[in-house]
Amino acid sequence: MDGLPLLSLLIGLPIAGTLCMLVVRGDTAVVARNVRYIALWTSLITFGLSILLWISFDPSTADFQFVERRPWIPDYGINYHLGVDGISVLLIVLSAFLIPLCIIASWDSITTRVREYMIAFLMLEALMIGVFCALDFVLFYLFFEAMLIPMFLIIGVWGGPRRVYAAFKFFLFTLVGSVLLLLALLAMYFQAGTTDIPTLMATEFAPELQRWLWLALFASFAVKVPMWPVHTWLPDAHVEAPTAGSVILAGVLLKMGGYGFLRFSLPMLPDATAYFTPLVFTLSVVAIIYTSLVALMQEDMKKLIAYSSVAHMGFVTIGIFTLTTQGIEGGMVQMLSHGVVSGALFLCVGVVYDRMHSRLIARYGGLVHRMPIYAGVFMVFMLASVGLPGTSGFVGEFLVLTGAFQVSTWVTFLATTGIVLGAAYMLWLYRRVIFGELVREDLKSIVDLGRREILIFAPLVLVVLWIGIYPDPFLRVMHATVAHLITQTAGTVSTAELELP
Amino acid sequence: MSAFANDLSLAAPEIWLALAGMAMLMYAAFRGDRGWRESVWLAVGVLAVALVILADRPMMTVAAFDGLFVSDGFAMFMKQLVLIGGMATLVAGLGYMKREGMGRPEYAVLIVFATLGMMMMISANDLIALYVGLELQSLSLYVVASFQRDSLRSTEAGLKYFVLAALSSGMLLYGASLVYGFSGTTGFTALATLFEGDVAVPFGLVIGLVFVMAGLAFKVSAVPFHMWTPDVYEGAPTPVTAFFSVAPKIAAMALFLRVMLQPFGELVGDWQQIVIFIAIASMLLGAFAAIGQNNIKRLMAYSSISHVGYALVGLAAGTADGVRGVALYMAIYLAMNVGTFACILAMRRDGRMVETITDLAGLSRTRPLLALVLGAFMFSMAGIPPLAGFFGKLYVFLPAIEAGLVWLTVIGVLSSCVAAYYYLRIVKIMYFDEPAAAFDRPMGAELSGLLLLTGLFVGFFFLLPEPLLAGAEQAAAALMP
Repeated sequence: MDGLPLLSLLIGLPIAGTLCMLVVRGDTAVVARNVRYIALWTSLITFGLSILLWISFDPSTADFQFVERRPWIPDYGINYHLGVDGISVLLIVLSAFLIPLCIIASWDSITTRVREYMIAFLMLEALMIGVFCALDFVLFYLFFEAMLIPMFLIIGVWGGPRRVYAAFKFFLFTLVGSVLLLLALLAMYFQAGTTDIPTLMATEFAPELQRWLWLALFASFAVKVPMWPVHTWLPDAHVEAPTAGSVILAGVLLKMGGYGFLRFSLPMLPDATAYFTPLVFTLSVVAIIYTSLVALMQEDMKKLIAYSSVAHMGFVTIGIFTLTTQGIEGGMVQMLSHGVVSGALFLCVGVVYDRMHSRLIARYGGLVHRMPIYAGVFMVFMLASVGLPGTSGFVGEFLVLTGAFQVSTWVTFLATTGIVLGAAYMLWLYRRVIFGELVREDLKSIVDLGRREILIFAPLVLVVLWIGIYPDPFLRVMHATVAHLITQTAGTVSTAELELP
Repeated sequence: MSAFANDLSLAAPEIWLALAGMAMLMYAAFRGDRGWRESVWLAVGVLAVALVILADRPMMTVAAFDGLFVSDGFAMFMKQLVLIGGMATLVAGLGYMKREGMGRPEYAVLIVFATLGMMMMISANDLIALYVGLELQSLSLYVVASFQRDSLRSTEAGLKYFVLAALSSGMLLYGASLVYGFSGTTGFTALATLFEGDVAVPFGLVIGLVFVMAGLAFKVSAVPFHMWTPDVYEGAPTPVTAFFSVAPKIAAMALFLRVMLQPFGELVGDWQQIVIFIAIASMLLGAFAAIGQNNIKRLMAYSSISHVGYALVGLAAGTADGVRGVALYMAIYLAMNVGTFACILAMRRDGRMVETITDLAGLSRTRPLLALVLGAFMFSMAGIPPLAGFFGKLYVFLPAIEAGLVWLTVIGVLSSCVAAYYYLRIVKIMYFDEPAAAFDRPMGAELSGLLLLTGLFVGFFFLLPEPLLAGAEQAAAALMP
């Protein structure tokens, strides 16, 4: 490792950015302009660093890299311990990638309390990156839980009409899950005598204890993912959050659940994982089918996408718990893809919401006549969400289903029906919003994407196609880690070699 | 140095407080009401000097006055908290006293005497000494609770407090007499040796122990002896409430720990389930009852009840780590509460104090910094990392899990989620609601200073937890060698 503490820099930069914003002085307009630029540049530099991290990451080993370790609370052996492996590195890149887009997306739409808004976003970025690289569970929990504060404020201060309800629901649901996680972590500490995540991964817990611990961890991660039936906070939070808040919520916060399974449940509690796999499959399949059906009937675009998120995250959990190379890597790709695609879909809704101040599907129709570029962009993401080959959604879902097929044909069969339903609700949404006659008077003056909006969507489109056409750079970094993870969990690596789609 | 002189030197902080308190009384008598402001600063100075003398004491455990009084690391840690709490709340009350016609020097004198009583409680090594310290404290507190003598609410608070606290003192005394009757001693050291090994404990003594615990539970306002807290908190003048919520609580908690773990340390099996019960009851009642409150002082009363519940989780563990957790919890609780009450003291509109939480509406627009700090205190009390309150909870839940009290901790964390709701409600009112009329400015340099200190502590404790942890560690090691 070189001497540059890259991970600390990634966490520290956004925090430094917030400190800069605090000292900005002047009248409201000047402050707003300056903090926007500070936030943008900070997040862009952070993104640049995360790319550097990705490039200098060595994919040939499953060991943690860029490790930093300093004593923090020596009495309990708690360290400031950071490091990344093939699972976390891409999620860090994803977080750092989405934040600048969120800031550009909020450029004009957020006009009140801009300083606080940008501070909340940068704090969120620091905490998200912290979650993905913390290798000490107290540190992990600190980041994991602290994230609730900025997200609570983002939903509650800049959200829609029912923002208070949504913010409380989001906070309390997540909190209940997290405190159980904390207890499980404390119990593990007393079994293993350490809070060090790599050491805990190597520790064997008694099977009986494992089940309790697993359930406590599951309570937390299932709320985050979110899995049926604890998903109900998600539609509310998504609908009420400002556009950028929804993007981050769907793009990164949901991934913490999947990441938690991969980092904690699987390697630390392998016996319980095997024991509870049918439960996870059942809940995931129910989530996929049930929430897809619910999504069909939604009248609010954001709500529809929120329910589709639950369905797509169902694929992630299925993939992770197949414990096959394809399944886990598929789950990872699905997480990345969903992060980009659902974030982009929320941005698409944000575009028309900024113009018409309505998210009701019935309020739109025939937009293709006035907004051809928008229609094209929306189509790319819609198809990616459906899982069309050539887009990122296909790679993830295909790998997940390949993995699942080795484990259970029924699960695969039922999950595949979810794809059909997914195609139904997304295509129907697209038809109702984009196609048809432009009948409403006020829509006749709607304008197409501006330069700023194209700037936001261009990288998203590129990434979606990139993952769809050539996913190797993404898969390559996780091979070693996933293989190691499967050895830890199942004891053997599945023999089937990975075929690229 | 003779043994007696040595004893005196061990009790030097207490002796200093007693002498200085009497001197202040003289000063107050000659100066009259004009000298109230000087008397407050004088009292702060007196407490500060006591803090300095205290810091100068040796850390080892020494008993004095034939075992009536003990000076150890635990007592020193808790006394420091009490003294800091007393100084902070005295300073915080300055503006309030001036505006609300409470400017009389007796207030500061009574606070000094109450603090003296608390220090005696913390160092008590005998049931008699315990009672003497407790009563000195209580008598001073009865008077300060009704210090705003023209206010109906304040006098009502004082009277309620007096009647109920007298009852609890009676219970404690009754329990102490039972303990004495069945064991033949009141000294903690003698009691501790009595139960060593596998001896049969007389049933009457257990009854006595339960009565003593009831009395102590009243003093820390743990359920089911909490009924006085909301009324007294609401009725008493706000600076007095601030004082009530920190110093006596810390002292009583210290006493609770010492009584349970030193003389009756061998009887863990007998008292542990009682502590578990009152911990659970306090956490749950504090969490649920606060939801419906609209008066912020009442809300803080229920909040303090639930915080006592969390602290008792550490005691229920019955280990040195548990004691360390409680000591740390009380230190963090002190900072959060002093800060929150400093915010409440700044809630003044058109020259009058306002107390309902809806008065905080839109505070983030009218007073962004005040809202930020109060928001941090609320998140901290809810136990959200990285704020200090999280570490307080972490360090009491850790030993409880280690002691196998899993269900207690599960209930604890779930009730903290319920409690999070009402803390969040305050944040919601400050950040999400439309602004009400702004509070009066300026809020006073002393309040700003206190908010700065406590805010920095609560916000950045996680960066440097080591010194306080080490202090709590030493305290625990002294109590449970």
